[in-house]
Amino acid sequence: MSLAAPPNPSSGVARIAAQFAANAAAGRKAIAPFVTAGDPDVATTAEVLAAIDRAGATLIELGVPYSDPIADGAVIQASYVRALAQGMSLDRLFAMVKDVTGKITTPVLAMVSYSIIFRRGIDRFVAESVAAGLAGFVVPDLPIEESEDLGSACEAAGLALVRLVTPTTPPERAEQIARQSTGFLYCVSVAGVTGARTSLPAGLVDRVAWLRTKTDVPILVGFGISTPEQAQAVAAVADGVIVGSALVRRLADLAHPPSTQPVVVNIEQHVRDLVQAVAPAAG
Amino acid sequence: MATAAIASGSVPLSAVPDPLGRFGRFGGRYVPETLSAALDQLEQAYAEAVADPAFHAELDGLLAAFVGRPTPLLFARRLTALAGGAQIYFKREDLSHTGAHKINNTLGQGLLALRMGKRRIIAETGAGQHGVATATACARFGLECVVYMGAEDVRRQAPNVRNMRFMGAEVRPVETGSRTLRDAINEAMRDWMGSVETTHYIIGSVVGPHPFPRIVRDFQSVIGRETVEQCRRQLGRLPDTVVACVGGGSNAAGMFYPFVDHAEVRLVGVEAGGRSGEPGDHAASLSFGSPGILHGSLSYVLQDDDGQTSDVHSVSAGLDYPGVGPEHSYWRDAGRVSYTSVTDAAALDAFDTVARQEGILPALETSHALAWAVDEAARRPADEIIVVCLSGRGDKDAAEIARLRGLSAAGEQAAS
Ligand SMILES: Cc1ncc(COP(=O)(O)O)c(C=O)c1O
Repeated sequence: MSLAAPPNPSSGVARIAAQFAANAAAGRKAIAPFVTAGDPDVATTAEVLAAIDRAGATLIELGVPYSDPIADGAVIQASYVRALAQGMSLDRLFAMVKDVTGKITTPVLAMVSYSIIFRRGIDRFVAESVAAGLAGFVVPDLPIEESEDLGSACEAAGLALVRLVTPTTPPERAEQIARQSTGFLYCVSVAGVTGARTSLPAGLVDRVAWLRTKTDVPILVGFGISTPEQAQAVAAVADGVIVGSALVRRLADLAHPPSTQPVVVNIEQHVRDLVQAVAPAAG
Repeated sequence: MATAAIASGSVPLSAVPDPLGRFGRFGGRYVPETLSAALDQLEQAYAEAVADPAFHAELDGLLAAFVGRPTPLLFARRLTALAGGAQIYFKREDLSHTGAHKINNTLGQGLLALRMGKRRIIAETGAGQHGVATATACARFGLECVVYMGAEDVRRQAPNVRNMRFMGAEVRPVETGSRTLRDAINEAMRDWMGSVETTHYIIGSVVGPHPFPRIVRDFQSVIGRETVEQCRRQLGRLPDTVVACVGGGSNAAGMFYPFVDHAEVRLVGVEAGGRSGEPGDHAASLSFGSPGILHGSLSYVLQDDDGQTSDVHSVSAGLDYPGVGPEHSYWRDAGRVSYTSVTDAAALDAFDTVARQEGILPALETSHALAWAVDEAARRPADEIIVVCLSGRGDKDAAEIARLRGLSAAGEQAAS
């Protein structure tokens, strides 16, 4: 398959790199919104992905619902429960993603537990992801010691495998993780689970600045960031931010299917505000 | 390479895990990066402790004077007569302080926490035995203690909840998911994600990410070591069969591990067969599950085709878990240990039988192993010996059993 060669401009890694190159040229930072696939339902997720694309996000993280997500706080966990109760499955997820990625340009990465990938089988999961047009994976429960198999499968398929560093990661290990990360490096802002927080953790700015001296791969900061103001503060040192629980909660508060139009409009506007906050004029 | 050596018998089956925490293909460390440093620290603290005679002296002293070890090996005379075949012996973990084997692990890990300078302890519990044993160790060592427990288990194991609180522990009921052991582990892990720098997580079975399965097995292996010695001294030989119940698998792993390289001893693990073999009706991961990743390690898991963990059921809170320790998966696939299951109804019958025949109220978890042992004894000749790991006492279950039977709190047939 032509997709197997990383330099291929349509590979996930190349599409992600092109987004960061465009950001650099325009002097703006990245907003990468996270939403849960299938919450409130799969049709709404498809519309929300399109709205996020229209709003000018750099990347999209699509959460694959999992029954036992130990890295997630109450908000995302509850969204996974709702999605699974709605009958969300991998087959439905891939079908929806395939449909959506045909229509939008923002690269979509799956945020997915290794439990799910392992059960499907690495090769099959990667092949189905490529076929659906996904650009890569964030696997929150796969430390570098265990990531060799998936790492080489992703490399062969041109998919990004985003690695994570956290406040508890020792410096040497952080450098090692940064070297292995493809697409971007996920800098987790706090030692803790996902969830919106009212203030940015102390030391975050210094940590990102230090990481910046150690790697050329783009650095996105996530966990706990919810407001345009926080996004702006973090984007001053990082290449962008991931906004998760705040959006998931917004969706949950707004969603009243079958009429999802207000939800989609609201999310689109909110992502626009976030994008605006990290645009050149703002910074 | 390693597999070939194992197959040819040149590497003992006990020579696991490897440095990455692998038991054959099982085990490993599938956790968020946030926990990696703490697991490394634990691994190192454990290696240092094992090499330190003072650590062993302190733990052995506690096991003797605080727990009451060694626990006896008892001939179950009337139960043997009733079964009419092989001789049944009980390894009396129920006589341990706090009434179950769980204390062997919590004292060991409590000492490790002290060595790491961590003064806050979290734990999950199903039956509440591990919660009580953790609260006990924390009281003894002067450590802060928070125990996560599924709300359904808080209800059905109320005496243990009360006892944890008496010893100063905070019990946090978990309302997510099936509100049982699996959800309690999820919540404990989430707590640990945010508290890892000051908190040690005393996991209650041979599950979880490396190095937990190995550490818990080692601390529980005192059960099997004593049993080997007692069999030699009291019976003049090793038993023919050793049986233990398997929830996460810690009493079984502790009992089996010292026997694993004695190929002539048959080892049998008994899982919770629940209401039936239908999905959702049982908790028998090794009998009905498939390899998957749950709570940080690769092992047999009850899951659907997408890798979502299945709902499980057992009358016994301590066995009501969709996963199992990775070393059991290794023993299963190596053919060293056979795993079977016993239904709720058979376990409840065994509880009655053992209470009346032997004057011992066994835990409902243990009753699963007892049910299998009684059936098996009937099929074997009188010169054979079966040792049952009597993992815990049943006081905690008495009220729930009375409720299930429609009896009053005083154990009488409720007036109509
Ligand atoms: C008495 C007793 N036996 C067995 C178990 C099951 O755990 P494991 O399989 O780890 O021994 C429990 C768990 O709570 C228990 O209390």
